[in-house]
Amino acid sequence: MRMVRFTPRFWISLAVFLAVVAFGVIGPMFAGDKLGENVGGLYDPPSAEAWLGTDDLGHDIFTNLMFGTRTSLIIGMIAGAVATLIGVVIGLLAGYHGGVLEEILMGITNVALAIPAIVVLILISVALDFRSIVAMAVVIAITSWPWTARAVRAQASSVRTREHLDVARLSGASTWQILVWDVLPYLLSYIAMAFVLQVASAILAEAGLSLLGLGPSNSVSLGIMLNWSLVGESLRTGAWWSFIPPTLLLTLVAFTLLMLQSSLDEVFNPRLRRGQRLARPTAGSGAALAQVGVVTEPAMADVEEVPTDGADTVATGGLGAGPASRSGSGHGRETR
Amino acid sequence: MRLRNYLLGKTLWYIGALVVAVLLNFILPRLVPGNPVDTIVSQAGRSGTQAESLRQIYQHYVREFELDKPLWEQFLAYIANLLQGDLGTSFALYPAKVESVIAEALPWTIGLQLPAILIGWLVGNALGAIAAFKGGWFDRGAFLSSLFLSSMPYYCLAIILLYTFAVALPMLPPGGGYEPGTTPGFTLAFTVDFFRHYWLPFFSLVIIFIGGQAVGMRSMAIYELNSDYVNYGRGLGLPDQRIVRYIFRNAMLPQVTGLALAIGTLVAGALITEIVFSYPGIGYLLFSAISQNDYPVIQAITLIVVVTVLLSNYLVEVAYGFIDPRIRAAQVGER
Repeated sequence: MRMVRFTPRFWISLAVFLAVVAFGVIGPMFAGDKLGENVGGLYDPPSAEAWLGTDDLGHDIFTNLMFGTRTSLIIGMIAGAVATLIGVVIGLLAGYHGGVLEEILMGITNVALAIPAIVVLILISVALDFRSIVAMAVVIAITSWPWTARAVRAQASSVRTREHLDVARLSGASTWQILVWDVLPYLLSYIAMAFVLQVASAILAEAGLSLLGLGPSNSVSLGIMLNWSLVGESLRTGAWWSFIPPTLLLTLVAFTLLMLQSSLDEVFNPRLRRGQRLARPTAGSGAALAQVGVVTEPAMADVEEVPTDGADTVATGGLGAGPASRSGSGHGRETR
Repeated sequence: MRLRNYLLGKTLWYIGALVVAVLLNFILPRLVPGNPVDTIVSQAGRSGTQAESLRQIYQHYVREFELDKPLWEQFLAYIANLLQGDLGTSFALYPAKVESVIAEALPWTIGLQLPAILIGWLVGNALGAIAAFKGGWFDRGAFLSSLFLSSMPYYCLAIILLYTFAVALPMLPPGGGYEPGTTPGFTLAFTVDFFRHYWLPFFSLVIIFIGGQAVGMRSMAIYELNSDYVNYGRGLGLPDQRIVRYIFRNAMLPQVTGLALAIGTLVAGALITEIVFSYPGIGYLLFSAISQNDYPVIQAITLIVVVTVLLSNYLVEVAYGFIDPRIRAAQVGER
């Protein structure tokens, strides 16, 4: 592993993200005894008892914030894992198998990619009478796997023609064994990055749904806290302690996860090395063009690809992978 | 021949997607335990509506959705109504038709989103291109702040702007599309009032959009700067101006696509911004429809979103088929 050198950006974003995780996981264990209890009146400002004041029901916001972070992270993790799993299985099968199976699986994927995720999210959430945290996560996963499937298929079909697969086949390995032991390892770095992105977009999708009033029932999440403070008119009355903390945490989580993903990209993506090689001749030419960021920061050129996809998701209110052709071409180019 | 196959294939795929989407739109709300009409009527009953009018409302909805018929007949009726532009009757605003409710909200959303997308696109692309060409500290600053803005959920910025400029420093009104009590019209007073309510939601959208576009444009420009034709052009001794022009044209192509797709998603693009600012558009309508279990309105909004998104994606792909021969060639090998 000495060959892999993580950048400071990676360590910083990892540290911040882990701090948020610790806040959501460890926090409730030590200071979680005030959940759902009345500790004060309507929108009490921050004080020694309630560090971040109280909400519209007189509940402690700091406690809500810890549990809300936990819920959002759990939903993000489960949704990210399920979506990545579905995407990887379908993508691997389609890419490795080829033929009719590939046609069918990619047909399904393309149709799922074309239908805006927010619509499916709203319709399913409306139809579910009681939305548990796990159900929310699965619903989000159902709408977000297609772009992973598409990208994994592209990579798997490039691995398909390698010779070691013939060896495996000759020695009698089954399809699943080949997929898991001979194809999957080539894609692991990519899958890790896709997972991080899926987690980020799932957390934002949950927040968006909760703000629309379709969040998990009987629980607190960052989105639900925002929903409460909007419904409770805290914005108009100036009770900043009820909406600024969840807003900042959501932004922090989204930003650090994207940073984490882009710095993983720097480590794993071979195009990074090409960027460095190209930097030298360009720097020599001395033209104004040579001063472009690539020269000083070769990694950056690779960084934006995937965050752009993330930005789509954000800007369109959790529209999943956003525009089909765009995210497709973005990932497609990486695989070449 | 190839172009025709490409267009035919795309058309079939998008029709398929549309059929699936309409089917989902029809079937999912009907999976609600019990049926939505019973729920609504029992709620209305609790609020003390007269028994006779309650029965009338109930029968109206049973007739409208043909709930007494088998599912496939309901579906046929649903499709037939859709084709006539009939989206049903709202539950919460009975007896208002869904079409008229939506027609009232849609102009607000378009008026908010379209200028935000266009201006954000222009400014963002200019910023991204300048950052890519200038480099140095300007580039770093512009890139990092754009990356931060584009990864920030758009409603978070909306909340922060609203609090800062309407509550902490009360410069602008905290929400709504216009001052309650005034009637919308083309008078000077109303226009002034309209814009006072317009700035905050508008800027919360445009700033995020600038960030996303700048990040995309910068990466495209840098990607092009590293490409072989640029090195070749330099080798030939082409002036920088010329090279910049080539780079810009190539880098613009995906950005134009992005613009078309963003316009296609504009109905669903700012749902939560409108909720934050109580702006009377589609997002706010959806929010109140969800809180009142107003299924016909929810269904109509999701349908409009699906149709506009699919249509814009389809048009972009068709346009690409005409513009870019490489796409047609690639389609044969890969889908």
